[in-house]
Amino acid sequence: MSKTLIRGAKVLGGEPQDVLIDGGTIAEVGTGLSAEGAEVVEAGGKVLLPGLVDLHTHLREPGREDSETVLTGTRAAASGGYTAVFAMANTFPVADTAGVVEQVYRLGQEHGYCDVQPIGAVTVGLEGRKLAELGAMHESAAGVTVFSDDGKCVDDAVIMRRALEYVKAFGGVVAQHAQEPRLTEGAQMNEGVVSAELGLGGWPAVAEESIIARDVLLAEHVGSRVHICHLSTAGSVEIVRWAKSRGIDVTAEVTPHHLLLTDELVRTYNPVYKVNPPLRTERDVLALREALADGTIDIVATDHAPHPHEDKDCEWAAAAMGMVGLETALSVVQETMVDTGLLTWAGVAERMSVKPAEIGQAKGHGRPVSAGEPANLTLVDTAYRGSVDPAGFASRSRNTPYEGRELPGRVTHTWLRGKATLVDGKLT
Amino acid sequence: MQRHLISAADLTRDDAVLILDTAEEMARVADRPIKKLPTLRGRTVVNLFFEDSTRTRISFEAAEKRLSADVINFSAKGSSVSKGESLKDTAQTLEAMGVDAVVIRHGASGAPYRLATSGWIDAHVINAGDGTHQHPTQALLDAFTMRRRLVGRDAGLGRDLDGRRITIVGDVLHSRVARSNVDLLHTLGAEVTLVAPPTLVPVGVETWPCEVSYDLDAVLPKSDAVMMLRVQRERMNAAFFPTEREYSRRYGLDGDRMARMPEHAIVMHPGPMVRGMEITAEVADSDRCTVVEQVANGVSIRMAVLYLLLGGNEPAVTHTRTEEK
Amino acid sequence: MDRQQDTSASDARPVLEGPDIARVLTRIAHEIVERAKGADDVVLLGIPTRGVFLARRLAAKLEEITERKIPVGSLDITMYRDDLRMHPPRALARTEIPGDGLDGRLVVLVDDVLFSGRTIRAALDALNDIGRPRAVQLAVLVDRGHRELPIRADYVGKNLPTSLRETVKVQLAEEDGRDTVLLGAKQTPQ
Repeated sequence: MSKTLIRGAKVLGGEPQDVLIDGGTIAEVGTGLSAEGAEVVEAGGKVLLPGLVDLHTHLREPGREDSETVLTGTRAAASGGYTAVFAMANTFPVADTAGVVEQVYRLGQEHGYCDVQPIGAVTVGLEGRKLAELGAMHESAAGVTVFSDDGKCVDDAVIMRRALEYVKAFGGVVAQHAQEPRLTEGAQMNEGVVSAELGLGGWPAVAEESIIARDVLLAEHVGSRVHICHLSTAGSVEIVRWAKSRGIDVTAEVTPHHLLLTDELVRTYNPVYKVNPPLRTERDVLALREALADGTIDIVATDHAPHPHEDKDCEWAAAAMGMVGLETALSVVQETMVDTGLLTWAGVAERMSVKPAEIGQAKGHGRPVSAGEPANLTLVDTAYRGSVDPAGFASRSRNTPYEGRELPGRVTHTWLRGKATLVDGKLT
Repeated sequence: MQRHLISAADLTRDDAVLILDTAEEMARVADRPIKKLPTLRGRTVVNLFFEDSTRTRISFEAAEKRLSADVINFSAKGSSVSKGESLKDTAQTLEAMGVDAVVIRHGASGAPYRLATSGWIDAHVINAGDGTHQHPTQALLDAFTMRRRLVGRDAGLGRDLDGRRITIVGDVLHSRVARSNVDLLHTLGAEVTLVAPPTLVPVGVETWPCEVSYDLDAVLPKSDAVMMLRVQRERMNAAFFPTEREYSRRYGLDGDRMARMPEHAIVMHPGPMVRGMEITAEVADSDRCTVVEQVANGVSIRMAVLYLLLGGNEPAVTHTRTEEK
Repeated sequence: MDRQQDTSASDARPVLEGPDIARVLTRIAHEIVERAKGADDVVLLGIPTRGVFLARRLAAKLEEITERKIPVGSLDITMYRDDLRMHPPRALARTEIPGDGLDGRLVVLVDDVLFSGRTIRAALDALNDIGRPRAVQLAVLVDRGHRELPIRADYVGKNLPTSLRETVKVQLAEEDGRDTVLLGAKQTPQ
């Protein structure tokens, strides 16, 4: 098989080194490695990270191929430096059976841009009433380990308790979309000063926090682990911090947009800022950054949520919730966490590759950059600064909140098991 | 943003006073044998109503016709347009027809702002009420009614509402009238107090330029005008208050409460009134109640707004505050 | 429409002073009585701003002469202008029609300067919406020529031949603190 020599890359942001890929494996890491028989990539001081892993992606296939497909979504993932994504279950039909999860898994394998690990629904049809066949999905070819009704909250305490208990049998984890449904009826944006002024239905922080509080206590009671999707408030951070200090087996994620954007943007009534959970306040943003830095929040997950143009080119109330994120995630994390001094690149690798792979049990991903490991790698030009142009996205959708915004960093190369999926910023 | 009237918060004090003064002159046209001015001849105004509101639509239509504009009424409600796409599609249709101004009423907060800023249409946009956001011409006609009654018809010219104490009572949470009035009355120098059960006051109200009270009886003796907001009976089912009877007892305006207001104080209501809920028939029919006047004043205010936005080659209303945002 | 145009004091010269203005108004008052055969049914309507002050002064003089109350009002023509689309909207001035109305009366419109005639055309349109006078006449303090419409004044304080490069500005004590008519050069944009 072919060899690739990455010359002069700052591995995890450290001193420049050479990395030799042979076939699907990292053969050698060191200085002055021989380029004989290898294609050479001059890294020139770019940062080399383990391939990123996204625990929270909406690929939309099957059912909403007008907004994204497994092919376009995995191309977007490769373009953003990802080598594995977890595909959320809220498709049409819902991924609540072995058949649907196997279909998604197989499509990912066929296209070969990025490993696709389907997430199974917790309840049949995401309706929150009856457990889906969690065991069957686990035993299928897709080997599902993460279960979530994302988009909807498993709000029934008994169903949530049963799910937490049930998946212990095969080491699964439930990822909760924390949103108390009654408190968020008609909710359009974060409830606070801005919603009061704009007359948009308020989405209180407590609707998220009360579910998280309940679920960490449930997890403690039944001795299960629980994962919390897209934390968005300072209060949620406090609850997770408290739960971890108590020894509760909880992990949590934050999205790039909640690390950067606030509800002040809603004053434009532009639905590109409409997202679930909603953009919160400056105070929340700062708390989330701090929590990601100190490990209270374990990982960054994109909640990449593609929507067709017409679902955003309308009045706020009629618009769909969600933002695309795979192709801008690393830039936003560099802007908010690295360039602010809160995280090193090693810390970024931990939170965008190692830990998400661990939580989702993505084998071969999130591994150290050292000899003998699978060659899942991402090369980042951290010196780059440029404005975001959605026209260049590989995703089928363009609903980004960053259009025209200047952000740092650009992924130039991605390797999936030694095969380049992105070269000089171009998909292969 | 200079070309539109989206929010009462966008008006400066001088803008607002100019509109009120202009409306005073417009009001005199109603006393003439021919109640018509040629000012907007050849200009086309569309009343684009996605929500039923016969009163507001008729008021705008009367104002447009008195200024000789060509008027097209477009009631989107009940037509085949589906939500979402309808606003953009309708806007582009109107644009293609060469419309000069769109008066829009929409159930979604922010829809007029979207219409004005999305590039879908080039026309002037006048907000005739959007969701629970704003209803700027209502606030203007309320301020006009207050200035006439509390300062004087001629004496009020060129003046604002400096120091007047205005109390707004009722469902503030769901009220675009309350939001618009708080913004405009504050700009005009009035002191505003909101009175409502805590369930009907929005979280975040603390940044509004007004006071909040839960005690109507304590506020009434210190009010120059009391504006009662409509309270929909269905709020009861969503547990905003226990019963109609309890609401009326705590926050309704009856004869006894009205007697506790200062002699000169007036009672206002944007309509339609729910008699027996927020206001008794005795109060609604008393000569301190300005409901009918407010309706008449609405036409004058809307004539003034249309003239000042559309009458020249560029609007006379500057809207500097939105620009600063 | 140069009534509003600014004439800087430095290069403008007075063509009528306070006593001249008083004298021509007295003469116009006498002419009105003469032509209206006693001015029994005369109503004076000034065109804002300065036409209103002139109308009030004329009314006072007519009352001296006839020893009768002369109805006087104002007629704002802003909404009837034919150049509305060429400027931002202007603040409106007051239209005040005397109590008995205009039907069957001799209405004398009063303005400070007669120039293109467009203001008077607008005033005639406005009158049309308000009532049906027996006849309409026009009194102006200054006629500076350059008519663009077939309109002439019935009573003229002073005929002032001007060029289009000149401006005429009337100042009256009620508004400007002094009575004078200034002729100056138009500020040409560089």
